[in-house]
Amino acid sequence: MPSNYHPFIWPFCIGALLLFGLLIVKFCRWLLHLDKIQRKQCLKNIISFKTVAAIWECLRECLFHRNIFRKNWVLGYMHLSFALGWFMLIVVGKAEASCYSHTFWEAPWLAIFFRFFENGSQDYFMPELFTFAMDFILAWILSGILLAWCKRLYSRLLGMRKTTRHTWYDRIGMTALWCIFPFRLLAESATAAIRQNGGWLTQTVGDWMSFLPVQSLELPLWWAYSSVLCIFFVCLPFTRYMHIFAEMLLIFLRKWGVVEGNRKSGYTECEANACSRCGICIDVCPLNTAAGFQNVQSVYFIRDLRQGRLTEEVTNNCLMCNRCVEACPVGVQSTLMRQIIRGEQKHNDSSKTFYDYLPERAGDCASAVTPDNVSDNNVMNGASATSDRNGISSPKVLYFAGCMTHLHPNIIQSMRRIFEAAQVDWHFLDEEKNLCCGRPLRQQGYHGQADQMQARIKQLIQSSGAELLVTSCPICYHSFKQEYNLEIKVMHHTEYLRQLLNEGRIRMKADQSRFAYHDPCELGRGEKIYEAPRELLQAIGTLCKVDQEKQDSICCGHSLANTVLSAAQKNQVRDEALQTLCADHPDYIVTACPLCKSAFKEGNRQQVADIAEIVSDHII
Amino acid sequence: MGQEIHTIIIGGGPAGLAAAIRLGRHHRVLILEKEAECGGKLNQWDKLFPDFEDAKTVRQTLLQRLPENVTVQTSANVTEVAQESGKWKVTLQNGETHIAPTLLLATGFEPFNAIRKEEYGYGIYPNVITSVELESMIAKGEILTREGKKPQSVAYIQCVGSRDEKVGNHFCSVNCCICAVKQSIEVKQLLPQANQFCFYMDLRMSGRNYEERYRESQEKYHVNFIRGRVSETSVTANNQILVKAEDTLLSRPIKMKVDLLVLMVGMEPSPSTRQFAEKLGISDPYGYFVSQNSETADNATVHKGLFVAGSAKRPMPVPQALKEGEAAACEIAGYLSDNL
Repeated sequence: MPSNYHPFIWPFCIGALLLFGLLIVKFCRWLLHLDKIQRKQCLKNIISFKTVAAIWECLRECLFHRNIFRKNWVLGYMHLSFALGWFMLIVVGKAEASCYSHTFWEAPWLAIFFRFFENGSQDYFMPELFTFAMDFILAWILSGILLAWCKRLYSRLLGMRKTTRHTWYDRIGMTALWCIFPFRLLAESATAAIRQNGGWLTQTVGDWMSFLPVQSLELPLWWAYSSVLCIFFVCLPFTRYMHIFAEMLLIFLRKWGVVEGNRKSGYTECEANACSRCGICIDVCPLNTAAGFQNVQSVYFIRDLRQGRLTEEVTNNCLMCNRCVEACPVGVQSTLMRQIIRGEQKHNDSSKTFYDYLPERAGDCASAVTPDNVSDNNVMNGASATSDRNGISSPKVLYFAGCMTHLHPNIIQSMRRIFEAAQVDWHFLDEEKNLCCGRPLRQQGYHGQADQMQARIKQLIQSSGAELLVTSCPICYHSFKQEYNLEIKVMHHTEYLRQLLNEGRIRMKADQSRFAYHDPCELGRGEKIYEAPRELLQAIGTLCKVDQEKQDSICCGHSLANTVLSAAQKNQVRDEALQTLCADHPDYIVTACPLCKSAFKEGNRQQVADIAEIVSDHII
Repeated sequence: MGQEIHTIIIGGGPAGLAAAIRLGRHHRVLILEKEAECGGKLNQWDKLFPDFEDAKTVRQTLLQRLPENVTVQTSANVTEVAQESGKWKVTLQNGETHIAPTLLLATGFEPFNAIRKEEYGYGIYPNVITSVELESMIAKGEILTREGKKPQSVAYIQCVGSRDEKVGNHFCSVNCCICAVKQSIEVKQLLPQANQFCFYMDLRMSGRNYEERYRESQEKYHVNFIRGRVSETSVTANNQILVKAEDTLLSRPIKMKVDLLVLMVGMEPSPSTRQFAEKLGISDPYGYFVSQNSETADNATVHKGLFVAGSAKRPMPVPQALKEGEAAACEIAGYLSDNL
């Protein structure tokens, strides 16, 4: 009778050894490539409750795939059956093998090829139960594989309009993975046909197979099973399946408080490897649904990045609307990764900017346009008309319109009227000076310039002595909140107007107007401000039903983050958003972002307004 | 009545009138004008570039030349145009219908609605006006800011609503460059003290006397032409307009305060032009009419007996619109003699 060894275990053993060797190398490389701040974060939190929380999340996400389940339960079931199923197969298999050999340190391959080596002695703990459980788990995984086949053939069956197009080595890995469990079933069934040691599944299949020459089929099948395991293991570190292990590390790093820096680090690489290429981001990307781009989505961006064949066009062709980040089951911050990679590509670009007449450093730009310079360049009336606050105590509220708002003077005029009506002690920070919050620079990867710009504006904000900073631009708002580390409170005007209304400092008359509210990307998905604008609008008129709103809102298409799209392509995205907004025939499309406003205004000639304009028009 | 009309002309502007003058000698023509009087956009203009021809005189001359065979029906709002058994049937808002073997569409243009370019502050700041409004100020001989003061500085912005991808108008409106030159000369004559600045992308001075006028505006009237598009405007406490732009010849950002900002609005197809173009399937991407062949049959359309002329086809100055009308008249006369 068989001892616990047969040469067919070798492919498996070699594959497993290579896999774990490569994994260790990769993990070490990523951890060593963390930047200083990230490393400090790790060391600070490694021995803390956060590690326990990370373990818990690993179980929840890597085994149960809770996030996919929430979005699409069929897809969730498919992933659950692979991950949890295989995990259980290993755990239960190991328990079975250990019980069988009465030691915890039995040969590691015994669990994998147990049915072949098992000698029929029933002298261990509940053999029938183990056999039943192992067959049950195998059947469960096979049901998942069946779904995966269906998804490849017809993705809509699993609620996906588009599934990922894979590279050839991903296909090899995928084929190997799909073969593992059917081969295991066949191999175990062949053994069962000969030795009658199968469970409810393997014995049944074995009985069906008994008309075949099972004696001569048994060994080839076990060889095949071991070989596909080997192929899968060797492929794994280079294919999408690396996500199985990278995601675990990513969860730990995240729990320890590591975030993306300005440059590519080990964390970026770990994040890139944690993408499972599930393709959920393809369906939610407006560039796919509206403009027909099918090679720029996060999944392809990250794949190209990992394979070192990323083009600038793919990197730059992104609206950074964060719909994909919101949908990503792994929570990969692909837009932040793009920012970093854009920076690297610009760093490598030897072509010099031809705006050499502008001040060298961006920080100087902010200071260059002072009232002194206003009198330069053919200015006739030198006297500045702004209310200089010399000698007056600091204002309570500092208003920052932002450069995009300056293209919409009516928003600024509305804010003026509201401030006056509410008798706010306010100061207009960028009334004459052109100040950019720096975020557009950062989105394009000019981190150094953005840092300088932001340092200068931060200084201006802090020296004002104001208690509150109000801005009309969601881009600036996101930047102030996430990139500035300001000591004073920051509010977008939607929040601020709601506060004024709640405090009774402004009163508004209601009318019959019907509004459809569009969530700007940076305000909605970026800063999770969904309720403030809706409460304001409901205080005036009625809100129309919008199909894709809040975190699902479609980008207006005119984001500054994208430097590739033509005007016509931007308008295709805009029209998709307009279509959902106009479905309920509103009187006004209301938004809270100057960029969205200008995009929609030229759309279908529907009345478009910023929320500040609506509030200002209804104030009593 | 009794006698059959040969040609219906929709639109009594320069092109429509010119066509009627030629055709009316030998054919019976009906002009349908939606306004209370003929003349089209000539009625909104004081002097015409480049020779400061009086618009009223031009209009009067045209009306005087109309032969007896031409009937003019004003305040006639055409709601429907259809081809019926080889003839063209036109229905007015009051239910009246007219039938003729040929139809000339000379429905013209409308000025670009400057509110759509919010960054220039039209409709928000009192001292931002359009070239159309400036023309009526020039006609009155009095240029005043909203506060009733004489402006010390005037700036013009070219290409408002033309050559602008963002508003969907890729085309050049042809007339604005020279119009700004003409208006700035007139403004300087009315306000000798005023400094004037004109922001442009390109100056297209291709007509007869255009270049001469442009030169004169700089040498004699000291108009300052600055190459660069205005990015944004804001308002100061005393209602001056602060203009921010880039001088692309000097390669530097530029800021200035002016008392009056004039937007040289472009030309878009008039609502009737858009409506008929779409209805009859002869619309270009902007809503202008498309002729059968821009080289050899520029007044005919793909429909038999249907002709187009004037600025309903593309932006053009008055002399060209007049010649368009005459050319259309020739084509119509030829068609009538072949088919009647």
